[in-house]
Amino acid sequence: MSSAASSSAETPVKLHWLETARQYRFPLTLAFLLIFPWLMPYEALAVNILILGLYALGFNLVFGYTGLLSFGHAAFLGTGAYACGIAVANYGIGWFAAILIGTTVATLTAAIMGVLAIRTRGIYFAMVTLALSMCVYYTLYQMQWLTGGENGLRGVNIKTISVLGFELSFINPTVKYYVVLAFVATAIWLFSRLLASPFGAVLEAIRENEERAKACGYDVARTKLLIFIISGAICGLAGALNALHLSIVPIETLHYTTSGQAVMMALLGGMGTFFGPFIGAATFLLIQDVASTITSHWQLFVGMIFIAFVLFFPKGIWGSILHWLEQR
Amino acid sequence: MTITSNTNRRTLLKGTAAAGLATLASPSLFSIARAQTTPIRIGFPVPLTGPFGAEANDQVKAAQIAIKDFNDAGGFEGRLAELLVRDDKLNPGEAATRTLELIEKDKVNFIVGSLSAAVQLSINNVAKERGVIFNSISQSDAINEVKDWSKFTFHEALNPHITAGAVGRYAFGKFGKKVAFLTADYAYGHEMVRGFQRAGKDFNIETVADIRHPLGATDYSAFLPRIQALQPDILCLCNFGRDQVISITQATEFGLKGKTKLVAPVLLYTARQAGGDVFEGVIGGTSYYWGLESQIPSAKALNDKFRAANGGAVPSDYGALGYAGVRSVLEAVKAAKSTETEKVIAGMRGLKYDWYKGPQYYRGCDHQSVQSVVIVESKHKDQKDKNDVFSVVSVEAPDEAKLRTCEEMGHKA
Amino acid sequence: MIGGFTLDLILLQLVTGVALGAIYVLLAIGLSLIFGLLNVVNFAHGAFFMVGAYVGVFLFGLTGNFWVSLVITPLLVGGLGLLVERFLVRPLYGRGIDYPLLLTFGLSYVMIEAIRITFGLTGLRLPTPPELRGAVNIGVGFFPLYRLFLIGITAVIIGALWYFIERTRYGLIIRAGARDPEIVQVLGIDIAKVWLMVFAIGTGVAGLSGILAAPLQGVTPEMGVPVLAEAFVVTVVGGMGSLGGAVIAGLLVGIVVAMTSLVAPDMAKVAIFTLMAVVLLVRPRGIMGRAGGLG
Repeated sequence: MSSAASSSAETPVKLHWLETARQYRFPLTLAFLLIFPWLMPYEALAVNILILGLYALGFNLVFGYTGLLSFGHAAFLGTGAYACGIAVANYGIGWFAAILIGTTVATLTAAIMGVLAIRTRGIYFAMVTLALSMCVYYTLYQMQWLTGGENGLRGVNIKTISVLGFELSFINPTVKYYVVLAFVATAIWLFSRLLASPFGAVLEAIRENEERAKACGYDVARTKLLIFIISGAICGLAGALNALHLSIVPIETLHYTTSGQAVMMALLGGMGTFFGPFIGAATFLLIQDVASTITSHWQLFVGMIFIAFVLFFPKGIWGSILHWLEQR
Repeated sequence: MTITSNTNRRTLLKGTAAAGLATLASPSLFSIARAQTTPIRIGFPVPLTGPFGAEANDQVKAAQIAIKDFNDAGGFEGRLAELLVRDDKLNPGEAATRTLELIEKDKVNFIVGSLSAAVQLSINNVAKERGVIFNSISQSDAINEVKDWSKFTFHEALNPHITAGAVGRYAFGKFGKKVAFLTADYAYGHEMVRGFQRAGKDFNIETVADIRHPLGATDYSAFLPRIQALQPDILCLCNFGRDQVISITQATEFGLKGKTKLVAPVLLYTARQAGGDVFEGVIGGTSYYWGLESQIPSAKALNDKFRAANGGAVPSDYGALGYAGVRSVLEAVKAAKSTETEKVIAGMRGLKYDWYKGPQYYRGCDHQSVQSVVIVESKHKDQKDKNDVFSVVSVEAPDEAKLRTCEEMGHKA
Repeated sequence: MIGGFTLDLILLQLVTGVALGAIYVLLAIGLSLIFGLLNVVNFAHGAFFMVGAYVGVFLFGLTGNFWVSLVITPLLVGGLGLLVERFLVRPLYGRGIDYPLLLTFGLSYVMIEAIRITFGLTGLRLPTPPELRGAVNIGVGFFPLYRLFLIGITAVIIGALWYFIERTRYGLIIRAGARDPEIVQVLGIDIAKVWLMVFAIGTGVAGLSGILAAPLQGVTPEMGVPVLAEAFVVTVVGGMGSLGGAVIAGLLVGIVVAMTSLVAPDMAKVAIFTLMAVVLLVRPRGIMGRAGGLG
């Protein structure tokens, strides 16, 4: 009896603690990401996690908030990367403008694909987006003169960047991390603002009950399309940053396996949560990195970890942690 | 072996990184603490997983022989060599990340490796931006062209232009002038066709078809009836690895071998072992075949060391390149008496070497290794054992004139 | 002459397309069955295909007889499917399509790696049975006998599956279970057993297509990867869960690929995905898909 009483007295305090953390989730995330490179085996991996984390976050906007499973998000990561990369490598455009170009092209791609695909539902939405993204893949594959084809695009080389009058070496991995972080943090901040806005409320309503939202007079189809386009823009930004980070754009970026990667990362981290996809990306890349240095049979372990997660932690890593914290 | 020792060092470094967090030191400060007696580190990204895993494992084994030889001979001024193997997963993005890791964290002195055109171009781009020597052991024409090349870029492997050219010069004279091409639709495939066409000019060949198939196709039946109808003397299969195994299997199935000689610019040792009897009679080029040991002492020396270290197995073509690629940079260190990049570049440019297949040297303008091309014919019935898969029918001697000219590659002569 | 090609060549190409289509049908029906009846996207389909090829080579090595391996392989692979359904997939029913998808994705990694460890990285070879070697004259040109055999065996398998699902008591239960599992359960039928059987049949057919494809392609650990994509396209174009749809779509894809290969060979793969996009945009349920089934 007494233990039950004490726990019920404590619960509001605990929840309050979690709620506070939720309110400050942006500054808390930022603080964590500022020290993140020191927690990782090497900076390039930390940058990869930032970029693919952003990609998974963008993907999850559609998947986690509208329930639409897209298998075509590689198209946005890829067109963002290629547009940015081509701007730098073939036309000598500055890095900042190139990032904007990459994001814009990805947004347009998302708009076109969204208009075509949004009226389908369920598994058919997944298949339409997959087919359309593969059409993008083959189109860019064939445009060898522009994209480098199967060899990939090379020469996305940025040696130095100037920020507010300071010349910074983009070759320096630490500088590169913080430059990429600035963009990723801005995107996460905007994303977080979006969810807190009236638009976010509409999203929440659609996620809870689509029919009811429709009955309340919300234009569900248009909202879904808008979400799809915003999601494409975020993934396009991730792609543009990736082009600058790796200084190349591999054609594999556009392949449907890259779309699959977003699904896996979101599920692994916990798709119903804000940070889940990010945690998923970090875990996905870290496991692969560490396992592949230890053994050439790393796929065996990665596969088994996936199976274990699906069976025993269906809420994903972050979802399970949150659940556990709320239970206490 | 080296992979395990890497792991230990890696965990150790992770520990230091965690300590670094406490002291808020920048990770880049670790390099300053490094003493002069550090080993000479060679980064070795190869596709250990994926369809070329067998070749990649062979490359690692052969590279370790070069490391061992160097270390057994006392290294360079007491500094021993160390091979840092990384799995690039045959993915250019992964390769770029791994190269960044090798350069930024592991502070490697040199990078040797890769087994794919796209992957080597990716590694090259990352390495040249950071002024690190990269010796590529995989085929590509593009890497030596002015757009991708830098003074840090060396190309130990053959390239498709010279390999296809040598095979063409052998085959066009012998089997006929009516030639059809079945080509994987990517840069490497196109480069092989270009090599054949250039060689074919002197023979006045007639191209009856140039069919491009999608890379990674698993069925070639849709291309074969047309080729069959054209009845060419020679069918050049300008593809690689599994594409080649499947297309040769299915061409045999369609009965193409009756009237047509099948020719492949690069005949892989491991692909031939996987393909078995269907390869019978197929002519192709290779950078190395262990059977050269009857003619070439350095080939015999490499084979013997490889056999001793790997239970009697012989090195494959790409495996042997792993040995040559690593040995070249290490010998250049000795010649230059330094591990400084600029001096080692000069050392490599000055090498006249015979590591495993007869005399070789790097061409001045583009650092392409000028070397012989081995033409082999695939055996089947008269195979002595499982390693005895080819007979060497011809060896084209190293000749700069057979390469594309420096001007053609965009370099100043 | 039509467009620079003789009529004979065009007809031969059409036969090639049909034979290619037969292979696509074989690849797709296992996936389509599991997809349509269990609502499980089996990402390990390609891995089961690959395991089928390896089991086939292994059995051929033991027995020296292609036909014996051809009969035993699907049974063994289907048995593996039984285990996978019982211990891995079953706990996930009712949790949406995402979880089985992620699980089978992980499973495909494990299966590929297990094969690499057991059989090595270099590929193996399964020779064409001697009685099916060579090419025969089919009136418009020579065509490989083995591919004609594939057309035949695909027809037999489809016929058998159709009979099983449409004409037997088990088939009736399966179809009813796909429509409304609860009603079937209320009627006192153990629906779990039905699903177990469907999964085993689907994976068994995948294994069978693996051994049948082995003489054409050779056998490597990675051989299932492109298969998964092709099987998906055929399944989706045909309409999920529809046997007839898979047949029509498989043949359609085969003929489209064959004809594209004649006119613009490098576009052969693009054609597959363009076809898929067009069909889905015009008719999202696929050619023979039922409405509502999977919303």
